[in-house]
Amino acid sequence: MMMYRSARYHEPLLRDLSETQPPSATPITEVPKALQRTRPVMIPALEELQLMRHFLHLSQMNYGVETGMYPLGSCTMKYNPKLCEAISHWDGFTLTHPYQDPSTMQGTLQLMHTLEQMLCEITGMDAMTLQPAAGAQGEFTGLLLTRAYHAQRNDTYRTEVILPNTAHGTNPASASMAGYTVIEIPSTPEGTVDLSALEKTVSEHTACFMLTNPNTLGIFESEILEIARIVHAKGALLYYDGANLNAILGKARPGDMGFDIVHINLHKTFSTPHGGGGPGSGPVGVKKHLEPFLPVPRIIKKKTLYDLSYEYPHSIGKIKSWYGNTSALVKAYTYILLMGGDGLTEAAEVAVLNANYMKQKLVDSGFYDLPYRPLRKHEFVLSADRLLNTKGIRALDIAKRLLDFGLHPPTVYFPHIVKEALMIEPTESESRQTLDAYIAALITIAQEDASVSKSAPHETAVRRIDEVGAVKTPVLTWKALEKP
Amino acid sequence: MKFIPNSPVKNAMIHDLGLTTTDDLFSDIPAQLRIHSLQLPNGQSQQAVEAHLRDLATQNKPFCDLPSFLGGGIKPHYLPAAVNAITSRSEFYTAYTPYQPEASQGFLQAIFEYQSMIAELTGMDIANASLYDGATALGEAALMCSRYTKKTTFLIPANLSWEKKSVLKNYTIGAGLTIREIAYDPHAGICSRDALAKLLNDQVAGVYLENPNFFGIFEDHAADLATLIHAHQALFVVGVDPLSLGIVRSPGDYGADIVIGEGKALGNPMDYGGSTLGIFACRQEYLRQLPGRIIGMTKDQDGHPAFCMTMQTREQHIRREKATSNICTNQGLCMLAAAVYLAWLGGQGLTDLGIQNIKAGHSLKKAITSIPNYDAPFSGTHFNEFVIRCPNAAKTHTTLLKNGVHGGLQLQPWFPELKDCMLFGVTELHTPHQINRLLTGLKEAA
Repeated sequence: MMMYRSARYHEPLLRDLSETQPPSATPITEVPKALQRTRPVMIPALEELQLMRHFLHLSQMNYGVETGMYPLGSCTMKYNPKLCEAISHWDGFTLTHPYQDPSTMQGTLQLMHTLEQMLCEITGMDAMTLQPAAGAQGEFTGLLLTRAYHAQRNDTYRTEVILPNTAHGTNPASASMAGYTVIEIPSTPEGTVDLSALEKTVSEHTACFMLTNPNTLGIFESEILEIARIVHAKGALLYYDGANLNAILGKARPGDMGFDIVHINLHKTFSTPHGGGGPGSGPVGVKKHLEPFLPVPRIIKKKTLYDLSYEYPHSIGKIKSWYGNTSALVKAYTYILLMGGDGLTEAAEVAVLNANYMKQKLVDSGFYDLPYRPLRKHEFVLSADRLLNTKGIRALDIAKRLLDFGLHPPTVYFPHIVKEALMIEPTESESRQTLDAYIAALITIAQEDASVSKSAPHETAVRRIDEVGAVKTPVLTWKALEKP
Repeated sequence: MKFIPNSPVKNAMIHDLGLTTTDDLFSDIPAQLRIHSLQLPNGQSQQAVEAHLRDLATQNKPFCDLPSFLGGGIKPHYLPAAVNAITSRSEFYTAYTPYQPEASQGFLQAIFEYQSMIAELTGMDIANASLYDGATALGEAALMCSRYTKKTTFLIPANLSWEKKSVLKNYTIGAGLTIREIAYDPHAGICSRDALAKLLNDQVAGVYLENPNFFGIFEDHAADLATLIHAHQALFVVGVDPLSLGIVRSPGDYGADIVIGEGKALGNPMDYGGSTLGIFACRQEYLRQLPGRIIGMTKDQDGHPAFCMTMQTREQHIRREKATSNICTNQGLCMLAAAVYLAWLGGQGLTDLGIQNIKAGHSLKKAITSIPNYDAPFSGTHFNEFVIRCPNAAKTHTTLLKNGVHGGLQLQPWFPELKDCMLFGVTELHTPHQINRLLTGLKEAA
């Protein structure tokens, strides 16, 4: 087993790093009197070394993909190639203003236009917008397109969105934000969409059915063509949550399966880094019948010149200021060129292979169970319920104990239909050696005395955290610490 | 190099699983749906891809080649090298959302520091860990006002960016909010108090004001408007340029209930409109209605200070359709850049920067309006953006481009009443040489 110990600093807060406080404010006469600032901004002044040390210490108490394996299910934590990162920082891309004359932005516009086409080819869709900032915003955009589509057909009684009980939490939240009533349908004992439940639920009130395929159990919905038929027969649309697209690159395309709307997470499938929570990018692709509603501006090509066009009278308008998280677009474009069609297909194959390899070894170990159908795509969900019953070890304990091995835990307690769920997505970036080490760690945890995992983590910057206390007494700013 | 270490052992692993070919891994996909390849070029070497991207980058004209005086909410600012040095630490940028706090203390503490500094700047009690951008922050603020007051009308200034108006419409259509626009005073260029008073009634959930507003002008009567708004039991939402807050009162000091803003100017590049940062801060009593993530300070089992995501029962992964927002991934790294940038500047540095910017704005406006045929349609005091009426905006635009400088943002397509008007922006980054080039071009176009 690899020895791992996180750096552990009792790093002071920024405000405690400096002894000098800002002097009192001198009113600035150029500002209207009623708005002149009269109290100083209480942010301490630091010399650069003190600042660098502070943030360097913090970085050393943080775990990223380059620290170790990070198999968070449905998050596709693959390696982020350095070239993509470096190019996105070039002045030619970053020192540019969104309202610059398009004639002075031909490089970026060409990149975006081509990226749209590449993503259309990969997903089998007809048109694409790069504007949404993240997956959830892509979903929200897709649902606004759904609204606009039905409204144009005077089909205004469609007030419901249906989704399976394995759906990501953002699906119901996005549907609700777009004004829809959410209806959840159960899954079959196979872990897939229950067709008879779907058929009973879809009606002339259904706006769309949202589905992830492969679903969050990592199972491919083999009945997808029948699902599409049921949904379309009632005039509803079929929405593809692209969080799990990595599994099928070059193997199958949502557009061919009958999906009308697709969102893609560039920060998952196309390797733009997650940035500790963002910026992401959630392009949305549609079939022809939904293209008129896409957000503006659209990127168009007139002869040899690229331009931004607002001439789409049926467009839903804007979902975000300007044109999207452009640095993510540069990285994804670079990544697709590096990989090529052949490399993306290879990525899907190995991502699926790695998942099934880990799944098999862990099931064979006899400590973990695999509810539902055996063949998985890029991720699989184990149940640790048996360890809970026999030794009192919960999925949460396993997660915390994995940290002691220098490994990031999987997604836990999701999807909700699996008891003590461990949702593991290794991605294609990991070597067999690393997969084996992860498997060995999970077996060790199951074998060792329960007290070790129940008191874990031991080797991280802090020990197990009192999250209940954080809610009971919210301390959310420096200022809150000053209160008596 | 395809970044796939198991490619060479693929067959061995497949056999290990008792399968014979890769296809067996995909046997659950119906045959009629299977494709055999993507119609994309094969992968290329890093060197070849870099050369192609270099070619694309040179087809752009960045600020260093084409100085621009565009306003509209984004302007170039000096980026200290320290910011990128920290955001380029892969422990930060290759991490996911900090779901496992014990392995994410660094990012969590940085978010806590950011929340603290934003609360301090805005005069609010709490701030979240970022939203996508200033426009979506406005959408979320309107929804939050409606949830809190259980009312459904939201008022916005007529002189608001069309981008924000459109995003706001899309964010509030599902909740059925009515959006009404408050006319601006055609002389001062600020929100008309009379127009606001006429629109206020017991259905108004909240009122949005920008300070400085889209025309760059300070709403110096904000405290008075706050009183008027609160008299109708509506919430007062203020949008800020955070770089102005070193010299301008915090909105919390003149009655704001929620403060939002586009925060990209805090340490993030213009990036053609990407790398945005939605600032969202509010008073403590709205905590349970707050959209997005928030980080709290607590203790670990040994009693050491520790940080974690908190109040999560508001969020989509717990609350699903009853969540306060659908947001999951936010703008984490842009937020980290903002935290480093603010700490690099310090409070006094922010004040000094504010002074530089307002002086640059006032001096450039004076220089432009002293050219014959260029005048300022609004009398209100402005920060570092301002509106100029040109003799012929289209001609000015092309003449300036020919002179190797980019002029202001043409407003007429979005504000028909502002014929030939341009919104200029200037910051600490513009050199006297660049300014001279602008003034020369403007004279030529006059």
